[in-house]
Amino acid sequence: MTNKLSKSKIDREQKMLPPTVFWRIAEDIPKSLNWVLICLSIGIPLCLWWIVSNSGLVKPLFLPTPLQVLSAIQRLWLTGELPKDIAFSLFRVISGFSLAAIISIPLGTLMGTFASLRALLEPIIGIVRYMPAPAFIPLLILYFGVGETTKILLIFIGTLFFNTLMIMDAVKFVPKESIETSYTLGAKRSQVLFQVIFPFILPNIIDACRVNMAASWNLVIVSELVAATEGLGRRISVGQRYLKTDEIFVGLIVIGIIGLAIDLLFRLLQHLSCRWASR
Amino acid sequence: MHLEVSQLHKQFPTKRGATVALEDINLHIEESEFVCAVGASGSGKSTLLRLIAGLDTPTTGEILVDGRRVIGPGPDRGMVFQSYTLYPWMSVADNIGFGLKLQGVPKNERRERVAYYLEVVGLLQFARSLPKELSGGMKQRVAIARALACQPKILLMDEPFGALDVQTKETMQQFLLQLWRQTGITILMITHDVEEAVFLSQRVYVLSSRPGTIQREVSLDLPSDRNYSLRRSPTFQNYKYEIVELLRGEAAILYPEAREQLTDFCIPDNN
Repeated sequence: MTNKLSKSKIDREQKMLPPTVFWRIAEDIPKSLNWVLICLSIGIPLCLWWIVSNSGLVKPLFLPTPLQVLSAIQRLWLTGELPKDIAFSLFRVISGFSLAAIISIPLGTLMGTFASLRALLEPIIGIVRYMPAPAFIPLLILYFGVGETTKILLIFIGTLFFNTLMIMDAVKFVPKESIETSYTLGAKRSQVLFQVIFPFILPNIIDACRVNMAASWNLVIVSELVAATEGLGRRISVGQRYLKTDEIFVGLIVIGIIGLAIDLLFRLLQHLSCRWASR
Repeated sequence: MHLEVSQLHKQFPTKRGATVALEDINLHIEESEFVCAVGASGSGKSTLLRLIAGLDTPTTGEILVDGRRVIGPGPDRGMVFQSYTLYPWMSVADNIGFGLKLQGVPKNERRERVAYYLEVVGLLQFARSLPKELSGGMKQRVAIARALACQPKILLMDEPFGALDVQTKETMQQFLLQLWRQTGITILMITHDVEEAVFLSQRVYVLSSRPGTIQREVSLDLPSDRNYSLRRSPTFQNYKYEIVELLRGEAAILYPEAREQLTDFCIPDNN
């Protein structure tokens, strides 16, 4: 018994955590490694695509080569169809999302700040947010027809509730003492709301918008698959109908790139407006 | 009479009925006095400060500041918490001027007063820095300056140096004493550090625990010009020992089995 105990003690003394670069937890990796991995992240799927599509294993009808897709992009760009599709989709996303942001930012902040408003509104929002936005399409078409209103409202509905609740949750992270200190400095409640809570959660608001912007992009495609004469979603459904796989790929890739660009734009906005919050 | 607390009771509802946090608290603080309240955790000392600040309401009893009953927080009672409460998006200068801005003090006057208090706390060259660029001690100095800029009648401090390392803590205590002599501000400070209380204040309220009551009031007859060597003087040590004894009696009632260890542990070292 005693022997066993002392043996296990020796084992424990001999064990030390070996150093690592790749598997570091909660630490940064070297910058050079970081960039290599970022390049691999894009490069490997691209290579795989190139190899598989050129190997002849898959029919070109199902999987066009990167070059074919690139030339499709060029073709659609030169005919003016692609710029038009991008413009329409962007317009819908920006309209629907902005509308949702204009309402959800004050609403979420108010709900986070006042427990009374939270009790009043959280239950109903909690229910509605679980209703899938695409399920509203039939109703929206019934009410507003198949025009832009329906598409913009779909994005609006799909973004509004999640954004509101995420912003509401952000207010929880404002330390109670910061609010109380403001009172002892003579702040009225409205001043605490506008001059303490709002600036405090601004980085989180931008972050919530960044995350929910992705949802808006998903929904614009859904709305265009249903009824549209232009747009990136429309481009994809037309591609399917005429078996233009390369154009489906064009639609997908352009959506991905625009999404990434918007994401980076939000990060930049956050960095510029909230320097204090950057680590 | 400056601050007067009379027959103050505070209880909190819990799942197992009400917990009495404070019972029959009577205390007073005169103009330009520096008073500390010491107590173990659970003595309700933070609750007491919050009630005076108006951040919480007493169950019964009343608090008067210059004869006016406290019904809520206001800039006449400045507060400094143990946790760092600077607004992270504001520069040091903007933090100090925030209370003045809230109260609508014109920009020019604000700038002057901010500059004055920046100088008082010795942070002029950090005026444009963000709080995250400051050390813990500097952050608390800004918090003190921010409270003082509103020219409160009394400064309430809830273990303001509790999160600081020992060396910084001593520097900050010296700084606070000097600030107090310089400005003549009235201070009520809560601490569990008996030495800190004796070193800083003119009077100490010793709180007992569960429920928190005022066990004893100790007036300190120490020179007003205090420095590091005072801590070693027999008078200082006697005061410290007296208060430690009071708190220990308290601990012995709560944990009788620990009495002997406590006695061994707390014998004062006079050398």
